[in-house]
Amino acid sequence: MAEQERKQTRPSGDSETAEETVDTVDQGEEITERIDDLLDEIDSVLEENAEEFVKNYVQKGGE
Amino acid sequence: MALSKVVGTETEYGITVRNQAEFNPVLASSTVINSYRGGTARIQWSFDEESPGRDARGFGYEEAFPIELETGLVNVVLTNGARLYVDHAHPEYSTPECASPRQAALYDKAGERIMAQAVAAARTLMPPEERMFVHKNNSDGKGNSYGAHENYLIARRIPFGEVVRHFTSFLVTRQIYTGAGKVGSENGRDPATFQLTQRGDFFEEEVGLETTLKRPIVNTRDEPHADASKYRRLHVIIGDANLSEIQTYLKLGTAMLFLDALEDEALPEPILLADPVNSVWRTSHDLTLQQTLELDRGGTMTPLEAQWQYLEWLTKYVNASDAGDRYGDVLTLWETVLTDLEVDPLSLADRLDWVAKYRLLLGYRDRDELEWDDPKLRLLDLQYHDVDPERGLYHRLVASGRMQRLFTDDEVSEATTLAPEDTRAYFRGECVARFGDALVAANWDSLVFDTGEASLKRVPMMEPLRGSKELVSDLLDRCEDPAALIRALGGEDG
Repeated sequence: MAEQERKQTRPSGDSETAEETVDTVDQGEEITERIDDLLDEIDSVLEENAEEFVKNYVQKGGE
Repeated sequence: MALSKVVGTETEYGITVRNQAEFNPVLASSTVINSYRGGTARIQWSFDEESPGRDARGFGYEEAFPIELETGLVNVVLTNGARLYVDHAHPEYSTPECASPRQAALYDKAGERIMAQAVAAARTLMPPEERMFVHKNNSDGKGNSYGAHENYLIARRIPFGEVVRHFTSFLVTRQIYTGAGKVGSENGRDPATFQLTQRGDFFEEEVGLETTLKRPIVNTRDEPHADASKYRRLHVIIGDANLSEIQTYLKLGTAMLFLDALEDEALPEPILLADPVNSVWRTSHDLTLQQTLELDRGGTMTPLEAQWQYLEWLTKYVNASDAGDRYGDVLTLWETVLTDLEVDPLSLADRLDWVAKYRLLLGYRDRDELEWDDPKLRLLDLQYHDVDPERGLYHRLVASGRMQRLFTDDEVSEATTLAPEDTRAYFRGECVARFGDALVAANWDSLVFDTGEASLKRVPMMEPLRGSKELVSDLLDRCEDPAALIRALGGEDG
């Protein structure tokens, strides 16, 4: 069952930065290529003037 | 034996309009809700006094006093049994009552579709340069948060203190798989580049009634919208709104299973954290998933270790009872997700919102050499949640096959108009569809009809699992008009 098969938690290590985390992915190049395709696609729909949009995005609290 | 759980979600959506001189979020939210044409009728939601609960069987009727309708607030009930309304300054959607986590995840997704259709319709009423955006998110990144609440029907006999004692650490540590991800931190918490959740920064108390300030990990709101002598509606406010269907399913399914085990007194002594409140944001801020949380009795545990412990307990519980049938593959999914979180969190980019978003941000950081405080990363964070199927980045991931789904478009589409068949939402939704013209008001536990007689007729629905298709479809088919329905209900009640 679940509890027997699970692996021990990895010892903490150099999991600090984003780039390193990406680099740990095995099939490095293939993944990078696919991410590049994705970013190109997203570029085409991403709103312009990010700074202004983000600055003006103010919500009232809710709930 | 644990109650059959009834479950539903409420989601407040973020809203903004670009190029509008005097943007008013209440007005904009009203425009969205009023623009939705998916329902055949617009039935007013009512907030009259709590129902008397006279008829625990669910279906009698009584003379109703004329109801004072709220004016100025937009608040309607849909044929799928859901409620669509303006709450504070946000458009909000509450799913109908559902009988399983999978069904609730479907109706939660249907709410997004409804919201997207409403926004598209609202845009046609606005000048072309004014551009409306609605996001299924929970924070503006500037210290303002709005909710995504889960509701679980549990047995009244369970002492609330026991719910708090057992459930708190579960809610704190589940963030590793319930988060929708966020750039930065808010509300005076330590700085963060990226964190697992939208809401983790906003929890300041262990237990309490508030939802808008000093938010508690366990909320004590006690409005069962059902027979209060038997039921409690546990109102969980510590989750994020999820776009990922699998994630919503996992979030609701694990909680339902946990609460079943709690009702059946099948849980060992709980895991107690030394500092639950600080553990919330610390868990959310820890992208390594390695940071330990101090336990009340000494020692430490990582959130992942705590979740493995819960999985072990609940697996034992399911194996020893017949509860498993209700939960489909929740346990299997849970185990897979915990394993992947342990071995390679990025492998969950096709299943968890926070990971999908994180991978996207890492890609942009890498390609464009962006710092974490670059507005472009905040924009990507925000646009991940856009309900517009063309613009929303979650939707782009789905469209390009990068996000796993649980439901087909047809299933989601059907859930925007047809109510779940297993709960009283069926009766509500069918009455809206069939007798909308005579339905004066509706809420979770009653419907009020004007049948042309001197008094309005109110049908209480105090049992959430009554009013299902199995129980009422013949009755509805026999009644050609609401007057006949009321007569039939009266007759059946004797």
